[in-house]
Amino acid sequence: MTSVPSDPPASRFRLSEDDKPIVVAASFIVIILAIGTAYTLSTQGTATLLSPQYLLQQLQVGAFLGIVAAGMMLVILLGHIDLSVPWTIAAAAMMATTVGGPAAIPVGLAVGLLVGLVNGMGVAYLRIPSMIFTLGVNAVMRGLMVAHTGGFAPQTAATDLMQYLAVGKILGIPVALLVWAAVSIGVMVLLQRTSFGKSIYAIGNKEAAAYLAGVPTKRMIIGAFCLCGMAAGLAGTLLAGYSTKAYQGMGDAYLLPAIAAVVIGGTHILGGRGRYIGTLIGVILIVLLNSVLSIMQMPEAGRQVIYGSVIIGMLLVYGRGRKVTS
Amino acid sequence: MSDLRIRLSQNAPLLTAVVVFALFYVFYNMNHPRGFSTAVLIQNSNEVFTLAMVAMAQTLPVLLGGLDLSVGAIMTLVNTIASHLLNGGPLQIIFGFIVCLAAGAACGFVNGCVVVYGRIQPIIATLATGAIFMGIALFLRPTPGGDVDGDLSWTATNDLYEIAATYGFAQDGDAAWFQPIAWIPVPLLLLILVAVCIWLPFARSVTGRTVYAVGSGEGAAFMSGLAIDRAKIAAFTLGGLFAGIGGLYLALQTSSGNADIPQAGAYTLNSIAAVVIGGTSLLGGVGSAIGSIFGALILRTISFNFRIFEIDPLMQPLFEGVVLLAAVSLGALRVLRVKNSLELFR
Repeated sequence: MTSVPSDPPASRFRLSEDDKPIVVAASFIVIILAIGTAYTLSTQGTATLLSPQYLLQQLQVGAFLGIVAAGMMLVILLGHIDLSVPWTIAAAAMMATTVGGPAAIPVGLAVGLLVGLVNGMGVAYLRIPSMIFTLGVNAVMRGLMVAHTGGFAPQTAATDLMQYLAVGKILGIPVALLVWAAVSIGVMVLLQRTSFGKSIYAIGNKEAAAYLAGVPTKRMIIGAFCLCGMAAGLAGTLLAGYSTKAYQGMGDAYLLPAIAAVVIGGTHILGGRGRYIGTLIGVILIVLLNSVLSIMQMPEAGRQVIYGSVIIGMLLVYGRGRKVTS
Repeated sequence: MSDLRIRLSQNAPLLTAVVVFALFYVFYNMNHPRGFSTAVLIQNSNEVFTLAMVAMAQTLPVLLGGLDLSVGAIMTLVNTIASHLLNGGPLQIIFGFIVCLAAGAACGFVNGCVVVYGRIQPIIATLATGAIFMGIALFLRPTPGGDVDGDLSWTATNDLYEIAATYGFAQDGDAAWFQPIAWIPVPLLLLILVAVCIWLPFARSVTGRTVYAVGSGEGAAFMSGLAIDRAKIAAFTLGGLFAGIGGLYLALQTSSGNADIPQAGAYTLNSIAAVVIGGTSLLGGVGSAIGSIFGALILRTISFNFRIFEIDPLMQPLFEGVVLLAAVSLGALRVLRVKNSLELFR
């Protein structure tokens, strides 16, 4: 063997491995919209799906998932996962509505920060696999909230500011969407322009190497978990504003879709690779898929099947790992 | 070190789980007004069986170094199938059993194929297949209900005496030779049978050894010429079968089928906790399904104790959470023994 096998010459039209998921997911969104529009045109004679108003309304609902997914992505990039999101959302919402007044939103964020801190400590210092540690933290948060509320939906209502952030509009654009946009810009800047962001990728690729290169890995892990917790806290606070109150299990519907959105967006589940724009597209895909399915009045059974098939189908196109041979 | 000491140190997590369970369970029985009685044992083994099965199911993917988020969904799917098929004549019921077990194994087989041939990470592949299985379960049973043969349901959830009495052998269970074993709860016996007749032979087979080898180092296993793909598919299929047995039993226990998404999620998450408490490493390659059974037993025994001490029901979830967190945090003791920080990153 004299010649080292080299990569095939990069063709002009060949997508890089990082771009492929984004392009594929984006084209799938177009397909979803096309199918949905064809359906509404044939049944109602209107293209409801394509009206800006409808899209904005869907994105407003998607903002909560989007914020959760933004935080989740940071943790997944590390090669970890945060399963404590459901009850972080619920706890943040419940504490925010309990405290009320101007302190409501800071309290909601603080709850998220605290949960993230505990998660980060457990993962970074105790070296417990995040999968199981955050699961335990989730159980503890659930216990705390059941003890706090007495097992019933709390009677307290969301403050006006919370409701405004969740359902208000500025110049016809939902405020929740603006909050999501602000979070997105923050995460994008963080991942691409700061040493913190670069460290997250480095740790996700090989933690030992990052450690030897002088990255303060423990602090970085804690930081990422804190941000994930705060994102969940923010989502919980907004969600309480959206439904004007907090209730048990309000976060349950966000964990798996958030992970799915991140992974569909091309972030590697074992960490180290992925771009935020992909997560954004993943969230939009899931939200639109849900809304098209509900327009079609698809029963829950069919939704679950389609949902699972879409995830597998997308990953078969671009999420395949390499065969381990050495 | 002598052979015995090596064996003991290799099985330390399993032994710890056994001892912890024994302590909790004896403590529970000592404080129970009817402690150490057959009735209590029957009730407890009924409550434990399904989780123990789902925990065994979760063990196999974890040994491979992955995670299966669909075990709860497979259990639920088989549960709904069982609620349709487990009635009618003896032949129909036997047919129902076979279909249920085959369905569980088939679900696991699908998982295995997606992971092996699709080369998708197990955690995310099973997240997706789990949704599909759940969808099929909802399709089969949109609302809770179903019809399960009453005699079967009664005998499967009682002791051996009731089987003999119901189906009329061993002089309706009164034969003298039958008395020493008449008290054994059926679920307990089933659990032991599954562990001894399915798990142990598998773990000792070449395929089972390959599962451990893949978990310890897939590259090394490949270079050793082991049949990796076959082992992975076999592991997921067996996991599906275990989850299926769990779902089948749940149908017998509740006499109905229920495609309950939160319940499926709770079983999945509890199964992970049980596996970890039972001494199986989430990194793969270390542990056993026997340990997971004891992990499930520990989890359930903790809730049994809550009942005895009449802890405020509102505080129970908190206690359960704290105990779970504390139990998994025990793994952190490893950190104290590490002499070189780099070893932490493995």
